Amino acid sequence: MDYVPMTDAERREMLARIGVKSVEDLFEDIPEQVRLRRPLNLPPPMSEAELLAHMRSLAARNADLDRYTSFLGAGAYDHLIPSVVRHVLSRSEFYTAYTPYQAEVSQGVLQTIFEYQTLVCQLTGLDAANASMYDGASAAAEAALMAVGATGRRRVAVSAAVHPEYRRVMATYLGNQDVALDTVPWRMGVTNLDALQQAAGTDLAAVVVQNPNFFGSIEEMQAASEIAHRAGALFVAVVDPISLGILAPPGEYGADIAVGEGQGLGNAIGFGGPYLGFFAARRDLIRRMPGRIAGVTRDVDGRRGFVLTLQTREQHIRRERATSNICTNQALNALAATAYLAMIGRQGIRRVGELCVQRSHYAYEALTGIPGIRPMWDAPFFKEFVVEMDGEIPEILTRLWQEYSIIGGLPLGNFYEGLERGVLWCVTEARTREDIDRLAGVLRQLA
Amino acid sequence: MGDGIGAGRATENVPATEQPDPPLLFERGAPGRVAYQFPELDVPARPLEQLIPAAALRKEPAPLPELSEIEVVRHFTQASRRNHAVDVDFYPLGSCTMKYNPKVNEEAAQLPGFARIHPYQPEESVQGALELMYRLERYLCEIAGLARATLQPAAGAHGELTGLLLIKAYHKDRGQHEQRREIIVPDSAHGTNPASVTMSGYRMVQVPTDARGGVDVKALRKAVGPQTAGLMLTNPNTLGLFDENILGIARIVHDAGGLLYYDGANANAILGISRPGDMGFDIVHFNLHKTFSTPHGGGGPGSGPIAVRESIVPYLPVPLVEFDGERYRLNYELPKSIGRVRSFYGNFGVLVRAYAYIRALGPQGLRRVSEAAVLNANYLMRLLAEDYHLPYDRHCKHEFVLSAVRQKRHGVRAGDIAKRILDFGMHAPTVYFPLIVEEALMIEPTETETKGTLDRFAAVMKQIAREAESDPERVTSAPHRTPVRRLDEVTAARNPVVCFTPGA
Repeated sequence: MDYVPMTDAERREMLARIGVKSVEDLFEDIPEQVRLRRPLNLPPPMSEAELLAHMRSLAARNADLDRYTSFLGAGAYDHLIPSVVRHVLSRSEFYTAYTPYQAEVSQGVLQTIFEYQTLVCQLTGLDAANASMYDGASAAAEAALMAVGATGRRRVAVSAAVHPEYRRVMATYLGNQDVALDTVPWRMGVTNLDALQQAAGTDLAAVVVQNPNFFGSIEEMQAASEIAHRAGALFVAVVDPISLGILAPPGEYGADIAVGEGQGLGNAIGFGGPYLGFFAARRDLIRRMPGRIAGVTRDVDGRRGFVLTLQTREQHIRRERATSNICTNQALNALAATAYLAMIGRQGIRRVGELCVQRSHYAYEALTGIPGIRPMWDAPFFKEFVVEMDGEIPEILTRLWQEYSIIGGLPLGNFYEGLERGVLWCVTEARTREDIDRLAGVLRQLA
Repeated sequence: MGDGIGAGRATENVPATEQPDPPLLFERGAPGRVAYQFPELDVPARPLEQLIPAAALRKEPAPLPELSEIEVVRHFTQASRRNHAVDVDFYPLGSCTMKYNPKVNEEAAQLPGFARIHPYQPEESVQGALELMYRLERYLCEIAGLARATLQPAAGAHGELTGLLLIKAYHKDRGQHEQRREIIVPDSAHGTNPASVTMSGYRMVQVPTDARGGVDVKALRKAVGPQTAGLMLTNPNTLGLFDENILGIARIVHDAGGLLYYDGANANAILGISRPGDMGFDIVHFNLHKTFSTPHGGGGPGSGPIAVRESIVPYLPVPLVEFDGERYRLNYELPKSIGRVRSFYGNFGVLVRAYAYIRALGPQGLRRVSEAAVLNANYLMRLLAEDYHLPYDRHCKHEFVLSAVRQKRHGVRAGDIAKRILDFGMHAPTVYFPLIVEEALMIEPTETETKGTLDRFAAVMKQIAREAESDPERVTSAPHRTPVRRLDEVTAARNPVVCFTPGA
């Protein structure tokens, strides 16, 4: 199967117009030594029906969350997605468009980016947002670099309770620009503020704290923000947007930059991607913000319109002076977030947060009531929590999915030394009481 | 299609200037309106303040809009009709490879077995997904002529950054990093190349283009030395020309101890015809959203996998997918790895579409893609060379660059021509790029367009060339038939309004 519409007659006409005998002649400038004189070693072509059958058979070998009940979170969340979101995304006027370089015929994308930016501002309580980053991790890394640019300082402190993969991405981005990354330890499931105080100094560009953090615990963001600001550093909050219906917005506790993973806002869990990083900041930092930004303007007739703006910050104009190289972003994921937030609205964002809190606390009580499963600490949490489990944890988790079609939680031994008995569980609004009761019942037998 | 009767143009009978501006989400709806119902709480409710400290709670509700489902649906449907896309009409945006995206791939990507799996599920429960990644990696390596690949980078520029960090890790491991601090980039390069060089902590050295449109080899000889970490190049380059001296260029850089990086933005021209690895490149990125036909979503998601030569494999980001003959697993044991550039495993949903595309086409189909893309581009180039200046007059590959210098004499610039094209329901070419061509119009028709579409576009371009001579004002005041007319970008940048405020 191929998607080339050219007929043989057309090919002959075109070759004649160009003045060559064959298509091969058009490749004569490729030196003989670098020509591939054999077919690529790839499987033979398939018809559409064969392809679909093949893709279905590959997909069927994965335990998907339509058939399995998941209690996994850790940065990728199974939240409910209103049906409308998929329908909006499947408008091919949106998904088969490119970056809106010609604004007059790209008003659909530009307007929805502007709306997305506004929704991010409304959730975070900050003044400006960009059109999206690759994911939460790259957004956190670029936020730290932006703070380095804004302060002229070259050291960043990050809480060890920030997602371990985010910290690894930050280490990659910062290390290659000779910015030091200090890790501040946690204590009883939250960032150790005494240690943060000790790490603060006049050479510090940014403090990065996640709320709720990787363990699901709610941090003392106000206090962390004050420590950062007293040291003259910027405060970067990594937040779960779903929590912002009930948790204080970053703007309220003085965050200068708020970033995070926007997947939970109407995007498929999709084996880790495509996701989207959101990025919001105080107004005075806007010219240092990485990535694309849509802004309002007028056309020659005075009608409202939208354009990509502040492009002088970007790589295609500043070239080697650019502070970030992000070009392609995650626009379609941002569209999903826009449609999601439009659907759930002011009441829904609070409702989803309440459901996450209530159901996860119900699960916490149910699990910690089982012999062999104990609370790890008593930090307040939003939708995820860590418990200490006796027994062979890998075996228990394997039996859970293979025998009972339950996936999760996440053993923390791979991520943190000293947490070999810790397991992270996630309960979103998509898990019912029945799901939770069943999990508790099975664990009571296995643990 | 007549002048300006494009798809998605709004109301026909009322002059556009008398229609109100389409409302934003925040200008629709009413207080108390609800579109989506969450499930009822089925566990005993406890006061929120008992569960979460009062200081951590939000005091005022987030001021999100309040709409009904039909308002939301109409809002986005109306917005979509004010947007150009490949599925609407021709999109000859040079260097962006806006070809048709097969619909079956969308269906495949939405299968629950791909869309509804968690990245931290036990490996045993996602063997199909890992197999897909493993095979896609092999296919991309075969197409590139290289050994292994990482699928982690989320976009082309993200791949560039990853590739440069691999170059750095390679030299560091050989104790050469302190002396090798320069990356050479041609003056025709994509804008992301220099920015990626800066982000990876390198210094950029620019080399000029010669009269044939290739890298100026003399200048390159002067630029390389013991300070050279590598060269970034795309081939065919941004002029749409294949660099005939590629083997010589590779020898110069390798002899100096540097590595060759291939910017794969233009790989659509060489599938199955020539492989970057065989040309001497050590590191290659592919833009899956271009070459392997995965839709770009209005600015993303993309995907920028990196394939490398054997000597660079140890530095790849973790994890890699391995196969022991029975099971697929994620390998995190790469002690010399550059670490991670993204959480989890990359834009998996994009990988699914690219995999499906390669499987549908097979080796013959992929080669046919490039042959047709190159034939279409040369045909269109010949049609347009009658009316526009062609600065490099030789066979092009999948794209070509015209110059509007002839039109400029009448006061019509490349940007004006681009705006005028929009009146005919088509998208404009890339303008003012590459920077080395004055008044550049960079056109890429792709292989999925028919001869009829190319002829129609050529007719439009010819009409505009005539207008530039007879009625230049018609061109410089374009577009005339689009949802909005020419937008004031200067004011937007001077006084940026990037977030809606009621009443403002």
